[in-house]
Amino acid sequence: MIELQHVCKAFNGLPVIDDLSLHIARGEFTVILGSSGSGKSTLLKMMNRLLEHDSGRILFAGEEIRSFRPEAIRRRMGYAIQSVGLFPHWSVEKNIATVPRLLKWPAERVHARVTELMTLLQLDAERYRKRYPHQLSGGQQQRVGVARALAGKPEVLLMDEPFGALDPVTRATLQLEIARIHKALGTTIVLVTHDIDEALSLATSIVLLDHGRIVQSGTPLQMLSNPANDFVTDFFGRNDVGIKLLGLQSVATRLRSGEHAGGEPVHASLSLRDAMSMFLVRRVDRLAVVDGECRALGTINFSDLLDLRP
Amino acid sequence: MHWVKNRVLAVLVLSGLVAALGLPFLTHAPNRLVAGIGIALVQLGKDTAAHPMEIWLTLLPAVLLVAAIFLRPTRAIQIIVYLAATFFLTGLAALAAHHATQLADQSGAIARTSLGAAFWLLAAFSWLAATDAMQRLAVRLLWRLLGAGFVIVPLGLMLATGAFNDLSLLKEYANRQDVFSAALGQHLQIVLASLLPALLIGVPLALASNRSLSLRTPLFAVLNVIQTVPSIALFALLMAPLALLAASVPVLAQLGIKGIGLAPAVIALTLYALLPVVRSTAAGLSQVPQPVIEAAQGMGLTARQIFWRVELPLALPVFLAGLRVATVQTIGMAVVAALIGAGGFGAIVFQGLLGGALDLVLLGVLPVVAMALAVDALLKTLSLALEPNVND
Repeated sequence: MIELQHVCKAFNGLPVIDDLSLHIARGEFTVILGSSGSGKSTLLKMMNRLLEHDSGRILFAGEEIRSFRPEAIRRRMGYAIQSVGLFPHWSVEKNIATVPRLLKWPAERVHARVTELMTLLQLDAERYRKRYPHQLSGGQQQRVGVARALAGKPEVLLMDEPFGALDPVTRATLQLEIARIHKALGTTIVLVTHDIDEALSLATSIVLLDHGRIVQSGTPLQMLSNPANDFVTDFFGRNDVGIKLLGLQSVATRLRSGEHAGGEPVHASLSLRDAMSMFLVRRVDRLAVVDGECRALGTINFSDLLDLRP
Repeated sequence: MHWVKNRVLAVLVLSGLVAALGLPFLTHAPNRLVAGIGIALVQLGKDTAAHPMEIWLTLLPAVLLVAAIFLRPTRAIQIIVYLAATFFLTGLAALAAHHATQLADQSGAIARTSLGAAFWLLAAFSWLAATDAMQRLAVRLLWRLLGAGFVIVPLGLMLATGAFNDLSLLKEYANRQDVFSAALGQHLQIVLASLLPALLIGVPLALASNRSLSLRTPLFAVLNVIQTVPSIALFALLMAPLALLAASVPVLAQLGIKGIGLAPAVIALTLYALLPVVRSTAAGLSQVPQPVIEAAQGMGLTARQIFWRVELPLALPVFLAGLRVATVQTIGMAVVAALIGAGGFGAIVFQGLLGGALDLVLLGVLPVVAMALAVDALLKTLSLALEPNVND
């Protein structure tokens, strides 16, 4: 979907992106992870030409992005940012309809699309469509921001620390939301963050950036279980890397089917991290496992957690 | 003093009482040139039999206003205070007009009855009381405008039906009707001729300064210096070069440009209006949040679309506030332009000042004040109407 080949970018002679090559496959949820100053936002903004790269090539759907008008390419990519940047003088409805109206969709299609997106982002369409941004909570504003970014049916959704300014509870809800949307729509998403847990829980592919270079890229599991060097190990946290690994896998991967155990059962979709907490809180070494319909599936033993398969 | 519930009103009523007792409500003179004799408000009842309606129209609201000092200021009380204050104001005017007519009947055509200090102070105090009540009610602008109608409509009706015709102010108007109409035209002409170029020059300058910082600093430095030059000095400074210009380029002289008159006045007022116009435009544009512009770019709006759909509407309220300042300032300063022969209401004011005719001065000043207030209210309404309605 997006291909970067030997891209360089410098601000006032200081290199920010240094000979970077990257391929973002269609349908992937790519998280660009890095500390501040690593060049992650710059990298994202070069993809929709908010910033122009100095050298190298950036391809979008197989074509050099400079062959498009910047506006044309941006209308094919959704864009959501941390401070949301909703137009304060436009209603929620008009904000969401920004790109469809730029694309000159007929009015009834725009109206239907707004309703569809508000429903997708769990905003009561009838209640909120005529409201103005300042009448919404921070979480609702960000929902509108994401809906607006998705409105023109973009091929790629670019998100620059979209949940950075939200409180932990709202942030967690919206993370779940965006993961659900990714699964449901299959949109290619590129998200920039410095939040390691956010990256691990959302990404199908993580790109770890430092000083404008890719240190390592891969699935969350690969990053944790096969760190390329000490920087990666340190970045993800040397001490709790085991806990994070447990967080990536579900109880279903360690299921002992056919066995039985007493006590309150746990869901097969529960993460191993939460299962471990369960073992410790209940002071047991065996838990009964059920599926979504509460049918008994088997058990999981405490010792199964030690089997840290990548 | 715990039984005083509305201190603002208490102060206003007390001051009004002092003014009513100590200062003349009307002054009466046998002719226009001699100093008049003051007539106090209490004297009015004794000297002439007042029309009962006018008495009630002032007495009843006055009693209500006094009572309201000691009542807890609820919304209902505030509405009563507002109505009482406006009716009191109308009543005062009716009372003054009525007595002026009676005095005119007694002492002939050349006698003059002017509004005295007590009238003006009482009018000002009741207007303040009304404004204070309106402010406490915190109602929408539409209601405020309707409320203002309570004063404007009856006074306007009285003016139109000739009720005030025996007041000296209106006699001065009757004598100078042509001069007054001409002054109104000239005044409007000066104001428009100054504001239009100020907008045509100022807005592009502000747009340019918003894009380049190297322009902004010197631009504002120059405009600030212009603003500090006193207007009379600026008129004087412009006279010599313009006279020279007209002498050397006859075409310009034929167009009416010379050292005195409209040309230097309009140039000076344009220069003065530039600062508020440029500053408000630049401030309006720079207060558009950066993330909003970034989001607009990121979604594929072109630079032109961002300007028309995002920057302009978001900058408009600040710009209109600046335009209000510029307009009100120009209306006021145009009075001084009469000194260099530009005409307008200033000419009437200065004629009155030189002749010692206070009513003539008022005849020049009151329309200027009215014009400024009207423009102020108009632009305020416009800027409020443009803001998104948050009450839905």
